Amino acid sequence: MNNLFLRVSIWVYLGIFFAYLLGPLVIMAITAFNSNGFPSVSPWECFTYAWFSELFQDERILNGIKNSVIVGIGTVIMSVTMGLSGALILTQVWPKLRATYYTIVIAPILVPGVVLGISTVVFWQRVNNWLGLGPDSILADGLFLTIIGQSTFIASYCMLVLVARLQRYDLTLNEAALDLGASHTQAFTKILLPFMMPAIATSAVLAFLASFENYNTTTFTFGDYPTLTIELAQKVRYGISPAISALAFIIIVGTVFGALTNEALKRRKELQAAASGDTVAKVDGGFRLPSFLSRNPAMIALIMLVAAVGLSVVNSMSHNPAQCIAQVQTERQEQRALEAEANLRALAERRAAAAAARAAEAAANGETVEEETTTAPASSGNSTGAFGNVFAPTNLDGAEDGEAEATEEAPASPFGSVFDPGNLETEGASDNN
Amino acid sequence: MSAGVGVNLENLWIRFGDFVAVRDANVNINGGDFFSFLGPSGCGKTTILRSVSGFLDPSEGRVLIGGNDMAGIGPNKRPTALIFQNLALFPLMKVWENITFSMEIAGASAKERRKRADELLDMIALPGQGDKLPSELSGGQKQRVAIARALCAEPDVLLLDEPLSALDLKLRQHMRTELREIQKRVGITFIYITHDQGEALTMSDNIAVMKAGIIDQIGDGKTIYNDPSTAFVASFVGENNVFRGTVKEIRGKEALIATNRSGDLVSRISTANQGKMKVGDEAMMFIRPEALSIAETGSAGDHFVTAKVNHEEFEGNTFNIFTEGDGGKEIKVSIPNLGQTFEDHTGQQITLEYETQNAVAVPAGELATE
Ligand SMILES: Nc1ncnc2c1ncn2[C@@H]1O[C@H](COP(=O)(O)OP(=O)(O)OP(=O)(O)O)[C@@H](O)[C@H]1O
Ligand SMILES: [Mg+2]
Repeated sequence: MNNLFLRVSIWVYLGIFFAYLLGPLVIMAITAFNSNGFPSVSPWECFTYAWFSELFQDERILNGIKNSVIVGIGTVIMSVTMGLSGALILTQVWPKLRATYYTIVIAPILVPGVVLGISTVVFWQRVNNWLGLGPDSILADGLFLTIIGQSTFIASYCMLVLVARLQRYDLTLNEAALDLGASHTQAFTKILLPFMMPAIATSAVLAFLASFENYNTTTFTFGDYPTLTIELAQKVRYGISPAISALAFIIIVGTVFGALTNEALKRRKELQAAASGDTVAKVDGGFRLPSFLSRNPAMIALIMLVAAVGLSVVNSMSHNPAQCIAQVQTERQEQRALEAEANLRALAERRAAAAAARAAEAAANGETVEEETTTAPASSGNSTGAFGNVFAPTNLDGAEDGEAEATEEAPASPFGSVFDPGNLETEGASDNN
Repeated sequence: MSAGVGVNLENLWIRFGDFVAVRDANVNINGGDFFSFLGPSGCGKTTILRSVSGFLDPSEGRVLIGGNDMAGIGPNKRPTALIFQNLALFPLMKVWENITFSMEIAGASAKERRKRADELLDMIALPGQGDKLPSELSGGQKQRVAIARALCAEPDVLLLDEPLSALDLKLRQHMRTELREIQKRVGITFIYITHDQGEALTMSDNIAVMKAGIIDQIGDGKTIYNDPSTAFVASFVGENNVFRGTVKEIRGKEALIATNRSGDLVSRISTANQGKMKVGDEAMMFIRPEALSIAETGSAGDHFVTAKVNHEEFEGNTFNIFTEGDGGKEIKVSIPNLGQTFEDHTGQQITLEYETQNAVAVPAGELATE
């Protein structure tokens, strides 16, 4: 009983946990296929790949990806090299200095990226001036600065990964190599480097990902080479489009696929190492789920995802999205017309009711009443508090005040009109045309 | 056989800061010898070996290999190969790649290397195991691969740092004979380090016994065992019973020692100390357990010891009697088991007898602690 309760609560907990973790990603992936101009799931209109084609026609996004990849590769080379030298020095340095050295080398991780970005620009500008170079020298180049700036802290990450492996290195191996006639360089390249390879690969992937997603530092250094994150940030300022969801979807699938491929390769290697497992499989004969599947739900999920995408492709070929979109368009127009009509009718009724009431009142009091033009208590936008009028009580009133008014006059907000749903509607409409 | 390359240590001092790890070592190792450094843990054996292989510079003195001063010559330029205490096989390389690493450095082709590896694998009795990784080998196999790797470099001097210490007893005994065999076959100088006196005695042509950075005695196994020059060597190499006392009388090559507990006993003076011990000096006398035998009760004289039996044990090949002894230490008597019947002496006073030539006297000194 108790056991059952425990098990159920564990599953519930896991459900909530994964919903929290993966929910946003799933939602975002779905919005990439909805024809609705605002990234959304619930008013599901039509299944479409339009956002993907829009994404690949966006010069700025493509350019951003290109710059990100260049910066990523440069950062990987810089960071892994610096990280490895840092890790090696850490093992060589005088024990009493080690703690101090470690602190200094780790410090960039703790410094805010913004500070690193600014200081990179300022420092290299000085160096540039000091060397008497012009503003278009390599030291002032956006790519150079971005790579250098990002590497300042990414190298520290790499060093942490590399130090962990280096601590497991048996220094007598180096001596053994020397003793057998190798030079110091040969001992490094033939013994230490191969030993470090797994950690070097890990830190390279880490460095690339950290570089790819970096914004704080890059925003000061990019110059003429905006990376993907910079481009996205600039794009979002003018409203968010499902094309970005499409990009996110591609990145998610790429990441999951890469991780699982890596995992599968690793398992295969393990299998090869365990020769006994091999023979068991051989003796078994018959059909057997490949081991990387039978023990890997994520891989199954991915395969199902790929299957789903494949199915939807077939589906989309048999049914034309354009047709659907056109249909939605007309439906929407009709709906709008109906709504407008209904609104007008409601307004007219209210007016008529008010007039009747007034007439009745006047008749009762025997007085004449001035004609009122507004029904709202006070019009918004007049108060000038420190916070604009975000907190003005009328704001809320206005929002409650019926659709007719809300569509005619949106309340001003301190965020400008970025999050204005009306804004998106017009943009989405133009997208659809 | 002695065509090999010799090694000489001349007034060798090695210091770590204030700490003296090796104090004024003078050793001449003949070419083609199997030479052992024997001593307890931490006495500086590895330090000496590292100075020969070039990983450590002497603070003072010289290391000569084949008559050439090795000062300023790096480990990769010396004609030595070292087998490390932990073997240090390259974990990511296959066995054959490990063995022929020195050839790879020299620029040999993979084909040549493969061929040489197969030859060496045959020699160490691991044919066809070249494609394994070191992690897939047993301890004894790793051991042999390490030896093959060192031999592949064709060194003039092979240095071995307690290579058998990680193996179990059976394998260790097997590897002893195997090592000795290999050494005879290749005919190069072996310098072997161990804290196991059995290993040193069975394998070596010559042994240097070390204590806390100092070399106490150099000699062949028989000399070290039968004719120790210090109390430390006598107590470290093999089992020994110690009798403390002062020299009462010198009779040529023999001495009469007034022991603290067992009366006056006569003993031979060890060769290195003849003419150096004087009447009145503090001395130690050593008698091996197997050199003592039970005498008729009541016998008296300068080669009889009377003591009370604490306990007895049967060890298979010997029957051991432990009696009260000097300085809290028991006297051990080993009687070979030849099928005779043993009576139980526990609690009784018994008289033990020895022959003068089997007792050895040295100046009093520090004993080895077990
Ligand atoms: N790099 C070093 N720095 C300071 N002291 C050292 C260093 N290497 C060795 N020592 C000291 O020198 C002494 C001898 O060390 P060594 O390694 O030669 O001992 P060993 O005889 O090989 O012992 P074992 O049988 O345990 O291997 C030890 O007391 C050790 O603490
Ligand atoms: Mg040692």
